[in-house]
Amino acid sequence: MTAESNDKASIPQDRFEIRLSGSGGQGMIFGSVVLCEAIGRAGDKNVVQSQSYGPEARGGASKADVVVSSEEIYYPKAMKLDLLLAMTQEALDKYYPDLKENGMLVVDNTLVTEIPDRDHYARPFTRLAREEVGHIMVANVVALGAICALTDIVPLDVLTDAVLARAPRGTEDRNRKAIEIGYNEAMKLKKK
Amino acid sequence: MAEPVKRLLQGNGACVEGAIYAGLKFYAGYPITPSTEIAEACARQLPRIGGRFIQMEDEIASMAAIVGASVSGLKSMTATSGPGYSLMLENIGYAYMTETPCVIVNVQRGGPSTGLPTKISQSDTMQARWGSHGDFTSVAVAPSTVGDTITETIRAFNLAERFRTPVTILLDEVIGHSREIVTLPQPGQYEIVNRVKPTVKPEKFVPFELTANGVSPMPAYGEGYRYNVTGLTHDVMGFATNRADEIQAKLDKLRNKIANYEDEIQKLRVEMMDDADVAFITYGSVSRAALQATSLARQAGKKVGSIQLYTVWPFAYDRIKELCSRCKKVIVAELNMGQVVHEVEKVVCSDTEIHTLQRYDGEILTPEQLLEKLEEVL
Amino acid sequence: MTTAEKQKSDVFLKYLRPRKKFPSVWCPGCGNGIVMGAFIRAVDKLGYSKDNVAMVSGIGCTSRMPVYMDFNSLHTTHGRALAFATGVKFAQPNMKVVVITGDGDALAIGGNHFIHACRRNIDITTILINNYIYGMTGGQGSPTTPGGALSTTTPYGNVEKHFDPCHLAIGAGASFVGRSTVYHYPQMEKLIMQALEHKGFSLIEIISNCHTYFGRLNRKGDATAMLEFFKENSVTTAKAKNMTPEQLEDKYVIGTLHEDNVKTEFCDEYQKTVDAQRNG
Repeated sequence: MTAESNDKASIPQDRFEIRLSGSGGQGMIFGSVVLCEAIGRAGDKNVVQSQSYGPEARGGASKADVVVSSEEIYYPKAMKLDLLLAMTQEALDKYYPDLKENGMLVVDNTLVTEIPDRDHYARPFTRLAREEVGHIMVANVVALGAICALTDIVPLDVLTDAVLARAPRGTEDRNRKAIEIGYNEAMKLKKK
Repeated sequence: MAEPVKRLLQGNGACVEGAIYAGLKFYAGYPITPSTEIAEACARQLPRIGGRFIQMEDEIASMAAIVGASVSGLKSMTATSGPGYSLMLENIGYAYMTETPCVIVNVQRGGPSTGLPTKISQSDTMQARWGSHGDFTSVAVAPSTVGDTITETIRAFNLAERFRTPVTILLDEVIGHSREIVTLPQPGQYEIVNRVKPTVKPEKFVPFELTANGVSPMPAYGEGYRYNVTGLTHDVMGFATNRADEIQAKLDKLRNKIANYEDEIQKLRVEMMDDADVAFITYGSVSRAALQATSLARQAGKKVGSIQLYTVWPFAYDRIKELCSRCKKVIVAELNMGQVVHEVEKVVCSDTEIHTLQRYDGEILTPEQLLEKLEEVL
Repeated sequence: MTTAEKQKSDVFLKYLRPRKKFPSVWCPGCGNGIVMGAFIRAVDKLGYSKDNVAMVSGIGCTSRMPVYMDFNSLHTTHGRALAFATGVKFAQPNMKVVVITGDGDALAIGGNHFIHACRRNIDITTILINNYIYGMTGGQGSPTTPGGALSTTTPYGNVEKHFDPCHLAIGAGASFVGRSTVYHYPQMEKLIMQALEHKGFSLIEIISNCHTYFGRLNRKGDATAMLEFFKENSVTTAKAKNMTPEQLEDKYVIGTLHEDNVKTEFCDEYQKTVDAQRNG
């Protein structure tokens, strides 16, 4: 469901573009860095990560992009997204136009109420983080777990290792739990 | 060889990895977006290798401090962005005149003045050539990826040491802040150049001697060669002069030591130019958009090629002339109101049309825009 | 003793640059020569190796001094000497680094570098020759030009206030500060020796005569008259203790004004970081 969704007519490579978006403080940049490191650990794929900076990064919609390809990545920025994660309504509204027609939309429906009428995966990552893990801070990691289940860009164990390598000491358990919950919740959606 | 180490690095971090590999031991700088990560990485990493980091009171002082450290024998670097580069130019000129090896990184942002701290630009290209007052020949390199930034930084240090000259690394906000997985260079993988030291006895030492290749051996302070270093135009002994013949000889030396070896300094990446009717000429992160556009256009059956300038200064006039002579059209794409295009105009013959694509709104040129331009000129 | 023998034995000649074309750029009678003599004798008495002394200067009459002496010399851009010197010292902490500067160089264009070098307490000795005017460019007002004084840029009298470099240095964190005048040669030499031996940032302000510009424009007479004036108007720190502010007005208080031997030095502190990070 990842490679297939790639629009091969316009882009000659197996280029896959992901955007993690939300509001400043939701850990989108952390998420993107961990995702890149996991991809690096998993194999020989190239990745480029970029993010919003400055005033753009504080409050309002915040984004971090990850471009993955097995070939040399020429253009470093996202051109047309293959996957958009939206953690807030504002981020969804702002970035949805950048998503490919057949791209994958993943939404945190704790905060997002109006979702475009199209195929999408919606789970309440923030609520799951709060209620199931007990820490709202790990909502981004729950979302990463979900992305891991919904795509084949990185295996679960590798992603978990990458998260734990970056997570502050003492937060390993909650992060491990967050990934699992995100992964399992998404697998339920996938089975439907 | 040891197992290669892969790491996710920003362009700014990669610059520090390359610099340390090349022998960086001294960093002085002043915080400025979007270059600050370079200072932060140096502050963390240099003490661990016995190097030194100092945050100076401004960019003028930063540039001064790295020159002071370099004459004392340490490979030195500073990093900044446009507003800071403007301040550094005073002492970059001093480094040209005193022939002091050092590396200056300019992570470009939009200007003029304070401009766009978090937005990309390539509008300091000409400043890197002509910024300081007076006549001199400058060297500037322009990486386009995080991986490039490591190797081009190593090259910048090597050029600085070999030619006893300041070298500017023209980074930009997109490369500086993008993260990519790169393989760190292994010991012995790249050649490291160190400045030539004098072998004569101190009493026979001629500090700015005109040697065959124009580069004078350079001792470090404290090694017994007590000589004078001055920003005044000086004779071979390092003393200020007003003699016409000595003045001209000094300025010729500054030019010729680089001009005579231009072909060894210039570096291009040339892709799909063999049968190209149209060529993109770009540098820095725009080259990535150009490569993307070129590969897409080729797929659509269009004869397009890409020329990327890894060395921006000294400009590769001869190579560009030769490459473009076979094209009907060139498109010079840059993130400014037209800087490198004027160099292209100097050498591309009248049979070849020169088109420009310029963006200066704080955003990077996209492959889509390059393809649109291509359609327009075809 | 023949002339040749006498020259060989002269400590002054021993430290002049053998291959430098003299005469100097200084006017006859300039106080800079007196300071250079004192500095050379101080270095000789302390027994420093010439290879281990770096002299850094900026722009101005005073800043030409390092060129004439047989040390490692760095004649830099206007006002920036302390920034260059910081690079030299930090790169080679065992080097004895001395900055020779003037009032315009150190306090106007170089004011920022001056206060920050003081603040860091980096082990650099700064000899600031204060002649109250820009000499090299022909007599313009400087940050130490007194109120009312004439210069080519204050033709109707200076309306600005002036800096006291010593107080500025103490306030900014320098750990050794002293003052002398070109009249008080033995005291100056001793003070320079103390400053060179002090660990940390040291400033010696030396009041000097620019009879060519400051003297002429302000009717202070020739070099001798100006030295006489310094003699008449100087009081030692010991004497100054028992004088009122009114009595001290327009007087040059000479001697050690500030000494702090406890304050840590910049390069030493950084070395601790290096040692900790390398071991850790």
